[in-house]
Amino acid sequence: MAESLIYRELGGPSRRFWGLLALLAVPLALGAVAYFYIEHYGHIVTGMDNQIVWGMPHVFAVFLVVAATGALNVAMAASVFGKSVYRPVAPLSALISLALLVGGLALLMLDLGRSDRMIVAITQLNSESMFALRVIFYDGFMASVGVYLWFLLERRMNRYVKPAAIMAFFWQLLLITSTGLEFGFNFREVYDSVLYAPMFIAFSSAYGTAVFVLILFAVCGWEDRPVSDELLRRLKNLLGISVGASLFFAVLFLASKYELARSRDVARFLLFDGGVYTALLWLGQLVLGGVVPLALLLRSRLSRAALAAACALVLLGGLAQMYVTLIGGQAYPQILFPGMVESSSFFDGEIHPYTPSWPEVLFGLAGLALAAAVIAVALRALALLPERLDPAAGPQA
Amino acid sequence: MSADANEALSRRGFLAISAATLGGVMLAPGIRLIEIAAARAPEQAVSRQVRWGLLIDTNKCAPGCDDCVKACATENGLKDTGHPRTDAQWIRKVELKDMRSGRTHSVPVMCQHCEHPPCVDVCPTGASFKRADGIVLVDRHICIGCRYCMMACPYKARSIVFAEITDQNPDVPRGNGCAEGCTLCVHRIDHDRQPACVEACTRAGHNAMLFGDLNDPQSEIAQRVAKYASTQIRADLRLNPGVRYQGL
Amino acid sequence: MNSNGIGALAGRIARAICLAALLLPVPVSAAGRVPKPVIDIDKPGKCVEDTATMRREHPDMLRHQRDLTMHDGIRTRKHSLKECVQCHASTKTGSVLGDKGFCQSCHDYASVRIDCFSCHAAKPKLASGAKP
Repeated sequence: MAESLIYRELGGPSRRFWGLLALLAVPLALGAVAYFYIEHYGHIVTGMDNQIVWGMPHVFAVFLVVAATGALNVAMAASVFGKSVYRPVAPLSALISLALLVGGLALLMLDLGRSDRMIVAITQLNSESMFALRVIFYDGFMASVGVYLWFLLERRMNRYVKPAAIMAFFWQLLLITSTGLEFGFNFREVYDSVLYAPMFIAFSSAYGTAVFVLILFAVCGWEDRPVSDELLRRLKNLLGISVGASLFFAVLFLASKYELARSRDVARFLLFDGGVYTALLWLGQLVLGGVVPLALLLRSRLSRAALAAACALVLLGGLAQMYVTLIGGQAYPQILFPGMVESSSFFDGEIHPYTPSWPEVLFGLAGLALAAAVIAVALRALALLPERLDPAAGPQA
Repeated sequence: MSADANEALSRRGFLAISAATLGGVMLAPGIRLIEIAAARAPEQAVSRQVRWGLLIDTNKCAPGCDDCVKACATENGLKDTGHPRTDAQWIRKVELKDMRSGRTHSVPVMCQHCEHPPCVDVCPTGASFKRADGIVLVDRHICIGCRYCMMACPYKARSIVFAEITDQNPDVPRGNGCAEGCTLCVHRIDHDRQPACVEACTRAGHNAMLFGDLNDPQSEIAQRVAKYASTQIRADLRLNPGVRYQGL
Repeated sequence: MNSNGIGALAGRIARAICLAALLLPVPVSAAGRVPKPVIDIDKPGKCVEDTATMRREHPDMLRHQRDLTMHDGIRTRKHSLKECVQCHASTKTGSVLGDKGFCQSCHDYASVRIDCFSCHAAKPKLASGAKP
């Protein structure tokens, strides 16, 4: 199988590659400037306040982390569930997963009120904290996916790929479940539902697969590596199922919030009265990120352009969903006295406004650029992808 | 063993032993009470035997009054920079109106010093912690400013400092990037004084706030809590806060 | 990948930077431009420990004391940072920071960042009880 395929680094003239890196260096540099600006003056220069404490950096960061866990699904399908058609692209899947996580973690570690205490954050862990547990999950995930990737690439270790993959799968599950429960176990009205765990698993599969397909297209377009229709059809179906599951859980979540009297107010806020959050929820997450791509993906014959468009829409919908979850979840006030109208000098009882500031947005975009840069450099330096991904390459089981 | 000796043990001995036990049992609570009521020596660590709490009678809270808020700001060095959205607030008056009956209320809300604080549960470094005597504090030496405690607190008790501060009260260190909230004036309590808000409320004659040791049956707060109905905010969350309210 | 051209150039640049980094401290220390710390103790009385002990141990003392104070509520005055500031604040500037501040001038000389005063007051409590 894999022996008949020739894995090769990304080729092409080096000027083109350095040009790509130079392009990515722009948002990276801007993000670095933004980070130092925020770190020097304090978070007063951002749009965050005591009501909206997590802003755009967290929107991008959680998006990257969720996509990272899902991007591994293609590799897991190959190595854990035996879908050998995905085997040639398993290294790419593992790499994308690692790169997205690096981007997301960089944002999370740097958007601290005291980022000079980063070492404290990694070393001094409160054993009761889910947040601290997730630091361990991040480490375990990166280590196990790293080992898995190494075993995939190192011919002598190929026979240990399956156990390594099972380890990686275990950490992947821990990480995505705890990411969902970070919101699910939170008392805020928009959160407070264990449904966040399966919902985030579905989201991760959708966003991660979409990123994977787009990167695959990008690489194969970079230097004419043919991809078989069969592989793309399988990926289309995987993405379709993921988007379908995401829609299912999102609708279930919103419907259950609406149905229960104690949460009907917040459901009304999300679905009808929330202004920008309502618009992003319906138009962004549900329609553009859900129904439209699903309609495209359910078709049995799909042009590559349409598949790419569906992926892009899923990702845009994902960003919208993260904005609604993170910012909308903080904009809706904490209810201290159910059944009462509250008002105070500390903005109890009112919807909290939020305007993203330029430093936050630039900082968040740098996370995306970092992930892209890691992928680009790794593809250039390592032989991660076969020269050909079509049936002419050789026997594939 | 002779039957006589046994009998002797069983009658006299039994009476002696039970008298001693009864006496001991009756005296022991008294000894415990004295232990708690006596002030803690400065070099002695705080203990679980004490649980500090507040009892706030909202019937005595006037809608416009913010003596407690002003006292807290003065005591802890909280400055009004003209940006209320980012200025720290450790205590605030929440004006309530019951939607069904139309009744209005004014309630001072601060960190509730829960027995099971969600902020302590989520803090990744353990900077947010509960002291043995029940006060929930932020150890700013290890706070990394992640704001997870602010996300987790159902009472919106925490603030974060958004810019550099220079003229802190030496008794209340606070700095850029660290989370903070009501400390029950721990620097005063440790010197056997009252929190600033309670002192201000009492001095102004409103007497709406009472501070004391909930574990001490002799304390005024414990007796009032045992005698009159009091509630906790969001008691349904089962966090068992140390701040109790009457008249809600 | 074109390893010869770019790789060799990168290697040469890296070697040049390493060499420069190793040689740089020589001219700096030779000039003696770093001012010696100003130990200006203008209040009467003795410190809680002798000078040699204080110089060596004060970081550990402070770190131990902070845990005792924060977690155990022990507020004895001997190793309290507040008491250090109370005594060592300059009578001219009122602070332990600043160019000739007691804490800052030594720390500047040793090139060790002081983190304490981002939160702790660098000025003592005024005698009247008013906050500076």
